[in-house]
Amino acid sequence: MIKSSGKIDKLLFYILVPSMFIAMYLIFIWSPQEKVMGEVQKIFYFHVGTAWVAFLAFFVVGFYSVMTLIKPKMNRFIYAGVSAEIGVLFTTLALLTGMIWGRASWNTWWSWEPRLITTLILWFIYVAYLFIRKMEGSWEKIAKLSSVFGIIGALNVPIVFMAIRWWNSKLHPVVFGEGKNQSGGGIEPEMLITLLFSIFTITILYIFLMRKGAQIEKMRDIVRKAKTKAMNRLAS
Amino acid sequence: MTSIFSDALTIAGKDLRNEFKSKQTIGMMVIFSALVILVFSFAFDPTNNMVRAVIPGLVWVITVFAGILGLNRSFISELENDSLTGLRSAPIDPASIYLGKVLANFTLVAVVQLISIPVLFILFGYRFTSSYFWFILILFAGTLGFIIVGTFLSALSANAKNSEMLLPVLLLPLLSPLMIAAVQATRIVLENEEIQNAVSWLQLMAAYDLLFFGACFILFEFLMEGS
Repeated sequence: MIKSSGKIDKLLFYILVPSMFIAMYLIFIWSPQEKVMGEVQKIFYFHVGTAWVAFLAFFVVGFYSVMTLIKPKMNRFIYAGVSAEIGVLFTTLALLTGMIWGRASWNTWWSWEPRLITTLILWFIYVAYLFIRKMEGSWEKIAKLSSVFGIIGALNVPIVFMAIRWWNSKLHPVVFGEGKNQSGGGIEPEMLITLLFSIFTITILYIFLMRKGAQIEKMRDIVRKAKTKAMNRLAS
Repeated sequence: MTSIFSDALTIAGKDLRNEFKSKQTIGMMVIFSALVILVFSFAFDPTNNMVRAVIPGLVWVITVFAGILGLNRSFISELENDSLTGLRSAPIDPASIYLGKVLANFTLVAVVQLISIPVLFILFGYRFTSSYFWFILILFAGTLGFIIVGTFLSALSANAKNSEMLLPVLLLPLLSPLMIAAVQATRIVLENEEIQNAVSWLQLMAAYDLLFFGACFILFEFLMEGS
């Protein structure tokens, strides 16, 4: 069991490192430059990748929350938590890269646009979820509480998106055009390949981080159990 | 099924009788909402025309801030003398505890609104010329959604030591779609715009209320099982 999981980790690692470099090459050298925005547009590949992983991570949290409620198991609880932690990281990255890009192309750090606000609210829900997990108490209790919040939070995301879309479309109709690359429709095939490849790389990174994080959490759990055992023995 | 409602009414009655005897929470909530109005009068000069623009937002800001105070107490007060364990071990459906608390909290917040919103209009010199029916309907739908989610999260955060701090952090991001809809609908009604626009926001609020009421009603059981 441990051996095979080690092999998977190694395999992931050896896929991850070269594909990182290939992604860098594709992004910075191979893919053509965008006409209007120039080099700034390169951040697009990271931005879409991190945003995609942020939403994927949230979906995973929701999935494992439901699973934990159906049958509480340590593994499911750990996966939900690690995924939320990675989700916070990637949501932050997506927001930051988006802000840098927005500053360059829209000339403002922040615009109150549906996708941005949804991502920001998603970030807040993630952080709140992590606060619940930091509560004191037995893991079964926290697993239940956090799963319940995870489900409610996941329900909220589509409603937020819809609400903000309605809100904005009333105030100012579509300003930035369809698609974030502003090319007006369509995307160069080289760009598309680069984009898909960087999304692939970042997803691999997510899976890798997820496995590592889960391993660390499991070790922590083993240490905690050993500690309480030792304490009990000392006390008696 | 009917027993859920009668049990819920019993629990709500207990909470409300307790509250109207002591008047602690409700007094605090009214004073707090008045203070929020006062602080906002420094932020937005109430003498100029800006008032009309900020009133719809203010109605909801005072509701949410004062409501959070009351929601905090809703389950914490049950921790004294371990009353929560009593409720939990009573031969009733856990959902009826939730329903009862929702009723009690809703009544509390509605009473606070009944005082604080007229005070807001008077202090900001706002002349109400819109339809009472739509205004009250929007207040009802928005407050109900706020209480539905708030009561649920209040039960959740009561498990934590720092529950007073945890509740707003959990609640506000979840409320964001409801607050957008409520503020927009209130603005449309107060500015006497076409009511048709407010109706679509009302539908959103109704969908939010129904969805979260269903989810919280089912999931509340898990909150009561814990510890």
